[in-house]
Amino acid sequence: MLDIKNLHVELEDGAKPILKGLDLSVGAGQVHAIMGPNGSGKSTLSYVLAGRDGYKVTEGSAHLDDIDLLALEPEERAAAGVFLAFQYPVEIPGVGNMTFLRTALNAQRKARGEEEVSAADFLKLVRQKAQSLKIDADMLKRPINVGFSGGEKKRNEILQMAVLEPRMCILDETDSGLDVDAMRLVSEGVNALRDAGRAFLVITHYQRLLDHITPDVVHIMANGRIIRTGGPELARDVEANGYADILAEAQ
Amino acid sequence: MNRPNLRLQATTTRLEGMTLPSGGTWARAARTSARERVEEMGLPVRRDEYWRFTDPQSLVVPEPLPAAPIVDDDGVAFPDVDALRLVFVDGRFDSEASDSLDLAGVSIERLADAASRDIHWAQSLFGVLEGEGQKPVARPLATMNTAFAEEGLVIHVTEAVARPVHLIYRHVDDRADAMLHHLVKVEAGASLTLLETGPAAARFNSVMEVDVAEGASLHHVRTQGRDHQRRTVTHIFARLASKADFRSFTLTFNGVLTRNEIVVTLGGEEAVAHVAGAAVGDGDFHHDDTVFVTHAAEGCESRQVFKKVVRNGAVGVFQGKILVRPGAQRTDGYQLSQALLLDEESQFLAKPELEIYADDVKCSHGSTAGAIDETALFYLRSRGVPERDAKDLLTLAFLRESLEEIADDRLASDLSKRLEGWLARRR
Ligand SMILES: Nc1ncnc2c1ncn2[C@@H]1O[C@H](COP(=O)(O)OP(=O)(O)OP(=O)(O)O)[C@@H](O)[C@H]1O
Ligand SMILES: [Mg+2]
Repeated sequence: MLDIKNLHVELEDGAKPILKGLDLSVGAGQVHAIMGPNGSGKSTLSYVLAGRDGYKVTEGSAHLDDIDLLALEPEERAAAGVFLAFQYPVEIPGVGNMTFLRTALNAQRKARGEEEVSAADFLKLVRQKAQSLKIDADMLKRPINVGFSGGEKKRNEILQMAVLEPRMCILDETDSGLDVDAMRLVSEGVNALRDAGRAFLVITHYQRLLDHITPDVVHIMANGRIIRTGGPELARDVEANGYADILAEAQ
Repeated sequence: MNRPNLRLQATTTRLEGMTLPSGGTWARAARTSARERVEEMGLPVRRDEYWRFTDPQSLVVPEPLPAAPIVDDDGVAFPDVDALRLVFVDGRFDSEASDSLDLAGVSIERLADAASRDIHWAQSLFGVLEGEGQKPVARPLATMNTAFAEEGLVIHVTEAVARPVHLIYRHVDDRADAMLHHLVKVEAGASLTLLETGPAAARFNSVMEVDVAEGASLHHVRTQGRDHQRRTVTHIFARLASKADFRSFTLTFNGVLTRNEIVVTLGGEEAVAHVAGAAVGDGDFHHDDTVFVTHAAEGCESRQVFKKVVRNGAVGVFQGKILVRPGAQRTDGYQLSQALLLDEESQFLAKPELEIYADDVKCSHGSTAGAIDETALFYLRSRGVPERDAKDLLTLAFLRESLEEIADDRLASDLSKRLEGWLARRR
């Protein structure tokens, strides 16, 4: 489903290379985890896939099925099914959560030539999803993420994902800042969305999340590249022994 | 007094062809004295410190520059609000188009009628607050208005008035040069919502003198729309007695020149004044809010919240001052002025000031100018919101804080829809 080939990315202003020939392929129905030391380029990869400004792709490609993602605007990628749960969700004063989410859902549906969702149906949908994530409905009346705790922001990302139902879900450290119960709720939210037509790329530092969301494949990323790929046991190995051996071996 | 030639020339040229309107004893006296005051202080010139960011010339010259009116029904805000509608066309009261002046709790007269009488309560207000508002800075365009404005309304509020009074300004003649002078006196415990909408004229000079007595309230909401070539200068002079409540909000669309001056004196304990505005403009749009709030009594609260969205080289100006007089303890003063610059050609020029002569005072001010937040924009787009919609959402979000100053939700949501429409038309 997601095919990344020899991706080279540098910062637009400083010409600092961050991704240095990254290859990654995630099949439909699969969950892949990416682990790796701080600063190795994991968030950069997620931003480049979502279409954020400020990065220059100097080589390589990224496709979602046969769609060339790198040629699309961020909103077009979203309509094509890409979703990024941000490592640091953004606070936007003055824009209500509900208004935002409904605008987003209907814009995506419109872009795909589908009918818009009525206000009533939308409300029902959000209430139901919010309830399963234990998100207070009153919170959704507030501006986007404003005054939300760290964990609430992360849960709000998953709520948006549950409502938008993307095909390619990229989760950037969604587990950081979550308490144990929230971690379980978020994982249940993710697991509920797992199906044959959908894929997940889960960026995390901890095995803990992967206890709940069992990955099919685990990648280790360092210095802008995937340096090791394996099964769930690879994550447990990292948890127990750190990156030193893997990094040394890759040298 | 050392009067530079330029000013003398501009003043003489303008006043030459003007005659004082006819009126009874009190009005004649007030107007004659106003004319003398204008002659004495002279009309503004670009060099004046108070006009540093805005060129007054087109407001001063004898003939207005032409401005094409936009003729459509959309120009009148609050179509669904049940209000007493009073219509002015090019600055002339149109009684045919207006509702009757009868409304429970308030007496409304035309200035021309009140002025024709030899004795009228209006003499205690007409030109009085305007005159007091000349210190410490001269506002000669308001004084000229006192001298020469024939039209306006004299509004005396004696009870809590259930329906708003809505002044609708239509602009028809592309050379209309209009002056209106309104007086609003709200007696103790009484209240009124006063709405003003419309572009009024090619050149419009308006003065409103407002006296809010003890425990009384005036809620003022106006829109200045959308004729772009119009030139407007407005002055509101408000005096508040103890526990009085005055709120004034202005929404401005377009306009090559708008200067809105508000002068508020909190003269009685625990009075509250909130003045706010939102302005959006494009190209040669130039919008200037000049506000002067004086805390002259203890325990008063004032808030200023002014937001501007400028694009394609448009200019926003804010000059705002909070003056806390000696003895005005427990003052709570707040001032915020912000501009959203939608491109690098647009500008915001701001001069926020505090002058405080009391020690138990809570005063803060902030002034910022910035572009659309790229991080927020990307966040919205990453969820599928197209770039233009995302920018509009963020623009409205930026303005929202000022719209929240409008106490009545219906009025606020009508204005919010108008803003959405304005943004949508600019795509
Ligand atoms: N806009 C930017 N300006 C400057 N440096 C940047 C920028 N974006 C990324 N970098 C640098 O690129 C490198 C990769 O950053 P990135 O955020 O992708 O790492 P990460 O793997 O997500 O790290 P972490 O585990 O700490 O979240 C880091 O050295 C970072 O400082
Ligand atoms: Mg990161």
